[in-house]
Amino acid sequence: MSANLSSILYLITGVLFILALRGLSSPETSRMGNFFGITGMVLAIVVSILSVNILFANLLYFVIALVIGGSIGGVIAFRIPMTAMPQLVAGFHSLVGLAAVLVAVSAYYSPDSFGLGTFQNIKTASIIEMGLGVSIGAITFTGSIIAFMKLQGLMSGSPITFPGQHYLNATLGILILSLIIYLIIDQTSQIFWILIVASLLIGFLIIIPIGGADMPVVISMLNSYSGWAAAGIGFTLENTALIITGALVGSSGAILSYIMCKGMNRSFVNVILGGFGTDNSSNDSKEKAEQKPVKSGNAEDAAFLMKNASSVIIVPGYGMAVAQAQHALREMVDKLKKNDVKVSYAIHPVAGRMPGHMNVLLAEANVPYDEVFELDDINNDFANTDVAFVIGANDVTNPVAKTDPKSPIFGMPVLDVEKCKSVLFVKRGMSPGYAGVDNELFYRDNTLMLFADAKKMTEDIIKNLD
Amino acid sequence: MEIDPFIFRLSIFVLSIFIGYFVVWSVTPSLHTPLMSVTNAISSVIIVGAIIASFSSSSAGNISFSNILGFLAIILAAINIFGGFLVTQRMLQMYKKKEKKKNK
Repeated sequence: MSANLSSILYLITGVLFILALRGLSSPETSRMGNFFGITGMVLAIVVSILSVNILFANLLYFVIALVIGGSIGGVIAFRIPMTAMPQLVAGFHSLVGLAAVLVAVSAYYSPDSFGLGTFQNIKTASIIEMGLGVSIGAITFTGSIIAFMKLQGLMSGSPITFPGQHYLNATLGILILSLIIYLIIDQTSQIFWILIVASLLIGFLIIIPIGGADMPVVISMLNSYSGWAAAGIGFTLENTALIITGALVGSSGAILSYIMCKGMNRSFVNVILGGFGTDNSSNDSKEKAEQKPVKSGNAEDAAFLMKNASSVIIVPGYGMAVAQAQHALREMVDKLKKNDVKVSYAIHPVAGRMPGHMNVLLAEANVPYDEVFELDDINNDFANTDVAFVIGANDVTNPVAKTDPKSPIFGMPVLDVEKCKSVLFVKRGMSPGYAGVDNELFYRDNTLMLFADAKKMTEDIIKNLD
Repeated sequence: MEIDPFIFRLSIFVLSIFIGYFVVWSVTPSLHTPLMSVTNAISSVIIVGAIIASFSSSSAGNISFSNILGFLAIILAAINIFGGFLVTQRMLQMYKKKEKKKNK
């Protein structure tokens, strides 16, 4: 296949991928979008097979690799529970990172097969692009593995910090940049491998200080990195499909990171530096808190309150995902609807462990998406609502974010659940949320605490609704 | 004076970032999780590089280090392609079921 024809077909691949993302602007068009994406991928694979003049025997190897990878991927895709989506995505990012590293190393050792020059005599532009690609790929790889382990619970979700951490990271960062530039004059393999090892190390180091609830930012950021890695490899291989895709994925991840940071009113730098929620200087406020009386209730009280309400807003959070309570929740809502209660769902941008996490869980439980609202669309409705049912969320409802400038979460957009006539909190205990801030809502007269596992409590409420 | 082809690629790259910017802002927040899984799937188009790495310049029976790395990269990318698109499809399917129920 001529280089011009294959370039045009790669361009079409890029266009199909743009349409795939465009499709996600609404649930109706999204499946068509996914179809465009798959078509683009098939086209890219076919074009690349045709352009390398593959031998028939090698085609068999390709099919074997595709079948191995495809069956692993297929099994994972069908088995994975929706609650585990964040760690799945993190795991997949690590694979993209590793694939980018492997392709770059392969291109380093056989540049002639890519038309980039000869071994240790690679074109200047190509070696810089290769250095960038391999470095970002390596960072994505180890960073995603740490994110995966934190999300999967194989590693503590709490931030890991040590003195001099930022200096070490800065030094490594400078080292990596210098090595990439140094590759221009000296392409020996030691330099190349030191670059890879330093990048692997920094990927590990930048993710360990970031805590569990900041994971939405981390996953989005790694999503972005995997895109830039692909773009770096695309420049190295002079491949338009990879460049376009890398740019799309890179900007997509960057936008999601921005949305997540805004949802927490924190700067990107602040999240990356990590350690949030560790310095608990609010000990005295905690002691005060213990003295304050809390109204706690049982499933019967909750059922009574909601059955007699005319409207209920449900606020789900990470606790719902942990307890796998989404199906029970939906059942409860069905019962409430039979009692002519108007029910809607309010989702905070950072609820859960990845962007859109709660929406997917509710979709899994067959909640119609037009009953699910984003913060800006529903926040004014709380004032006209009888009951707010907060299940597994905490910080995102804390009014202190609006009132106390000293609070670490001050300025974060929150759901105004306190404006409801009554608030129900399903929580396992009195422990403060991730930010380490006590939630003053717990002590209000119109708040009823329901201390239990989210799923068990919801099921008990269902029984009491009959 | 001839323009370096690199400049063309850079132009494509910069314009694609802008396209990505506008397209992604139009994605509805409720589909942000499928967005992540589908971007993950499409970034596996890196399989194109893996294919070139595994199969070009390899005369049959003479397998180089680069070919092996390429082969491994194909497997990794394939996990991502199949896993990514299928899990996205599975999620988007869930958004559809409800529509049907409502219509009934």
